[in-house]
Amino acid sequence: MPKSIEELKITAKRIRREIIEMIGAAKSGHPGGSLSAVEIVVELYFNRLRIDPKNPKWVDRDRFILSKGHAAPVLYAAMAEAGYADTPLDQLNTLRKLGSVYQGHPDMRFIPSLEASTGSLGEGLSLALGMGIAARLDGRASRTYAMMGDGEVQEGQIWEAAMAGAFHKLDNVVAIVDYNRIQLDGFVHDIMEVAPLAEKWRAFGWHTIEIDGHDFAAIEKAFDEAEATKGKPTCIVAHTIKGKGVSFMENNPKFHGTAPTADEVKLALQELQ
Amino acid sequence: MAAKTKFEIKLGAATREAFGRVLVELGRENKDIVVCDADLSKSTMTVYFAKEFPERFVSLGIAEANMTAVGAGLALADKIPFVSSFSAFAMNKGFEQLRVCAAYPFVNLKVVGTHSGISIGEDGPSQMSIEEIGLACSLPGFVVISPADEAATKALVRAAAAHVGPVFIRTGRPKAPTVYGGDQRFEIGKAIEVAAGRDVTIIANGLLVAQALLAADVLEGEGISARVVDMHTAKPLDRETIARAAAETRAIVVAEEHLVDGGLGVRVAQVVAETRPCAMEFVGIRNTYAESGQPDELMDKYGLVARDVAAAARRVVGRKS
Ligand SMILES: Cc1ncc(C[n+]2csc(CCOP(=O)(O)OP(=O)(O)O)c2C)c(N)n1
Ligand SMILES: [Mg+2]
Repeated sequence: MPKSIEELKITAKRIRREIIEMIGAAKSGHPGGSLSAVEIVVELYFNRLRIDPKNPKWVDRDRFILSKGHAAPVLYAAMAEAGYADTPLDQLNTLRKLGSVYQGHPDMRFIPSLEASTGSLGEGLSLALGMGIAARLDGRASRTYAMMGDGEVQEGQIWEAAMAGAFHKLDNVVAIVDYNRIQLDGFVHDIMEVAPLAEKWRAFGWHTIEIDGHDFAAIEKAFDEAEATKGKPTCIVAHTIKGKGVSFMENNPKFHGTAPTADEVKLALQELQ
Repeated sequence: MAAKTKFEIKLGAATREAFGRVLVELGRENKDIVVCDADLSKSTMTVYFAKEFPERFVSLGIAEANMTAVGAGLALADKIPFVSSFSAFAMNKGFEQLRVCAAYPFVNLKVVGTHSGISIGEDGPSQMSIEEIGLACSLPGFVVISPADEAATKALVRAAAAHVGPVFIRTGRPKAPTVYGGDQRFEIGKAIEVAAGRDVTIIANGLLVAQALLAADVLEGEGISARVVDMHTAKPLDRETIARAAAETRAIVVAEEHLVDGGLGVRVAQVVAETRPCAMEFVGIRNTYAESGQPDELMDKYGLVARDVAAAARRVVGRKS
């Protein structure tokens, strides 16, 4: 049953709180890029992906690959809320601790329901193409989504995958770029400019849609449009705010890879009431 | 005979921090030093160089393969380039470029990998480099260095800059125990005996040198006299020091924060086999990737602490012929 935007917003807020609590408890991790991806990941897990968390290896499922693996907390919180048996909700706060299933980056050895182990940037879109080709060979309706960072698309492999996805007309693959304009060392335009990003994907032969990545209605419309697009893959360039939802984290490069202190966790949770 | 002074863990700077600091000194001394970065300058510590010499700091984004080949191009145009990233990305994403753009044409490229081994802790296996000594040593002509502490790093980065030819240096994230006093001299390819001993030789690099010294103290209490050698250069190996250890102590342990496959241990074993074969044991990571956790917990769980080095030394002494 489709979820209302109001319901999705409530889930998004809960997941933002979980992200803050997890990273706060771990005392390390990547809040900024987890928070910027919340709406897209929530739309995918709660309204879009044809998945059955009780049967995670169902062959006809849709797949999501978090290519920007450092944003693991958003994925863990979403999978836990979705009810996968190997992502227990009550263990989210063991993130990054020895023995936790919630490893620093998504790790299939610990969570078999994950679609990929990621963390080395630049690789997820290629994995998605492989899955898309397999689905086509088997005549499955399954669709594959891969989310990348805007810093991540500096990797050459992304553009090799971009070429290949268009060449093989993989209309069952959707690339999503979390265009939050910040990477590890600072602002993308100071480290290595990627603009004009949408034009690049178009030039590589992808049906390309630019949206506000925090607007559920826009996200839904873009995914619908991707599904209706035949003969070429779709790229969604999602304009987002790094650290979205927590005032002192928004647009602040410091919170790419710095955990909030105990006081900052309190402040953030107040804002996310 | 006076009792040996016991080795105590006193933390110095992380070896990546030492790298970042000495790079600035080198930049002041030599205007041909150029530094390339792949969106990790605040972690590799090339940020210090970037602040002082912005015009000689080349930001290349998250694109390590390109960075490596750009570095080789700078070297071919007579610069002394240092390219740097986490070891996992510098070595693995840049390997083809290291092979064809640096090793094969013997180009004067310096590659410094930081965040090596499993002692990076919480980030987990995708960021942990445990293969790169094997990969780097497989490249003809490369010099491969794994310094133990701050002083060793500063001296060996300097030596790398002065050396003509491709060099890979492996540094770490956590603060490193101090092994050396101020007067120690370092030379590429020349191992350092950091503790004398007769019954067994422990050959180590990186963080395992301090663990080997702790183990030697424990063994001393049990009547086993352990020599400890810092084999900071994995390539070219100090064959003479290895052959002497094999001949004199007839038992060798090699200890490293790396997979035993392709690491320092198998390289030392080759020299032992070619010179004076003797019993050997190996301390390292065995056929697995690690996981997230605190650095100390991981070093303990994956068998990379003094306890494990001492146990290997007892085993190898027991096997002596
Ligand atoms: C190949 C590779 N190089 C470097 C890193 C280290 N790293 C982790 S996150 C990051 C920045 C990512 O920025 P971006 O893709 O924009 O992600 P986001 O802003 O969504 O967090 C870097 C350089 C890595 N994980 N993989
Ligand atoms: Mg970004």
